[in-house]
Amino acid sequence: MTPKAKSRNTAARFLDFFEGQGARRVETDILQPARVLLDLYGEDIRARAYVTSDALRGEQMLRPDFTVPVVQMHMEHGAEPARYTYAGEVFRRQEEDISRPSEFMQVGYEVFDRENPAAADAEVFALFQQVLAPLGLRAATGDMGILMAAVRGLSTTDRRKAALLRHIWRPKRFRALLDRYTGKAKPPETRVALLQAADALEGVGPFIGLRSKSEIAARIDALREDAATPPISEAEAGILDDILNLREKSRNVLERLRDISVDLPAIVGAVDMMDARLTALDARGVDVQALDFEGSYGRTTLEYYDGFVFGFYAETRPDLPAVASGGRYDALTSVLGQGRSIPAVGGVIRPELVFELGGAV
Amino acid sequence: MTVKLGVPSKGRLMEKTFDWFGKRGVGLRRTGSDREYAAAVDGVTGVELVLLSAGEIPRELAAGRIHFGVTGSDLVREKLAAWDTQVEEVQLMGFGHADLIIAVPKCWVDVDTLDDLDAAAAAFRATHGFRMRIATKYHRLVREFLRDQGVADYQLIDSQGATEGTVKNETAEAVADITSSGETLRANHLKILTDGLVHKSQATLFRSRKAALSDADRVALTELLGKLT
Repeated sequence: MTPKAKSRNTAARFLDFFEGQGARRVETDILQPARVLLDLYGEDIRARAYVTSDALRGEQMLRPDFTVPVVQMHMEHGAEPARYTYAGEVFRRQEEDISRPSEFMQVGYEVFDRENPAAADAEVFALFQQVLAPLGLRAATGDMGILMAAVRGLSTTDRRKAALLRHIWRPKRFRALLDRYTGKAKPPETRVALLQAADALEGVGPFIGLRSKSEIAARIDALREDAATPPISEAEAGILDDILNLREKSRNVLERLRDISVDLPAIVGAVDMMDARLTALDARGVDVQALDFEGSYGRTTLEYYDGFVFGFYAETRPDLPAVASGGRYDALTSVLGQGRSIPAVGGVIRPELVFELGGAV
Repeated sequence: MTVKLGVPSKGRLMEKTFDWFGKRGVGLRRTGSDREYAAAVDGVTGVELVLLSAGEIPRELAAGRIHFGVTGSDLVREKLAAWDTQVEEVQLMGFGHADLIIAVPKCWVDVDTLDDLDAAAAAFRATHGFRMRIATKYHRLVREFLRDQGVADYQLIDSQGATEGTVKNETAEAVADITSSGETLRANHLKILTDGLVHKSQATLFRSRKAALSDADRVALTELLGKLT
């Protein structure tokens, strides 16, 4: 059997499994309009997706994942609640490592349900664990919702919180912002001089370009407001680090987060959500005593996830990426839903990695 | 077969390259008429000079069609993916210095750093409904730099020339371009971000990791390298 046939067969078995769980099978186009993906991921996606174009439709991308088209399809005419499954190739441009495939299969399962998010999280995770059980994989989990709730709960301005949330998936810039807001990093001299000037815009012209004088003035006002804002305390910034450094079994993490929430009540809702999820996982027969949790999991590789995140890894093959991964992406549905939104969670399996590990063909 | 050395075919880069090799006992010269791209090598045997456009030298090295090539370190990094797996840096040559930098309008008194650029880009997108445009021809280098620095909400606009003029023409809000003295930037009312240095480029002698060698070539190559390094 050719590798392609093996992936198709393996994918078909997972598809059958998910269909058997009540999911509707869907398909999406391989060519996706580039604009939607660029708006969502920014310029970085150009380095990871194949871009092509024609004179009529403009720039198109070879589908780098299914999540975006499946969410769009659901937001346009999906009934609620909905469960979908799909299988097909995704395409990833490789610029650094020739050994990584530029084309591989994904089989996915996505749940759109506003009734009980904790139960939906548990459903997706438990099904993935069940169908992957013969491979003996290690499960990693995390929860972006807790970190985001902690940022929202900081005693500081909405502007600072928004800036931190915007960079939650870019750890380096997030850290730089936090260091500035705690006063750990001093503002550059040019900034100090700018804020001391009576009229910073006098004699600096000509004003060229589309960014207008009033936009520059508005940012100077924002910088003045920020300079007058008290620093975020070391104690509060320390809580963010405590959350990011969590790395234990889930039940212990939950205990620890309960302690943290005494100092930062804003995370109580997110911690309750995790609690409910662990209960739901337990009810589905997942061994939550053995379930690992990492506070920073999902921060660098799984952008757009804003709640529960998970991945399944072959411990004997550290060279392989996650065999399966997924998570909750509530905010993505509102970005793509043009005003409407629905809580959603899902994940994908990579069939090629499954049969490389000796699994279903 | 011979060991092929690719050198820029025109201008000061060619002259300075000829001087650099000359000082090391390898005479490079053009032969025939002014317009004919023919050349000769003195002082070493088994080495052939190939005159090429500086922009094509990275590609020729990667394809293994030339063994050595002189070009800007910026061009190699821009044009070749995982460049150091395809070519080896033999010698920095000490001329052809140019910095790839990010510049914004001088009137942006609120923007001096990448941190400012990122914040201004977020506000710009909210106001104008599209991502802030940065004009450049160095897409790979600039994109990798901004990704590593965690800058978001920008887009790269292709500009193959007169890049500094794009801001005034309102086809871009900022530029990423090569500068040596900064004069063109100043004349176009632009300033460099304090931490906006993407790459410090200079003329560099590269060796292809792909080009095939016969036994005779290996002798010529060793002799050439002995004079140059």
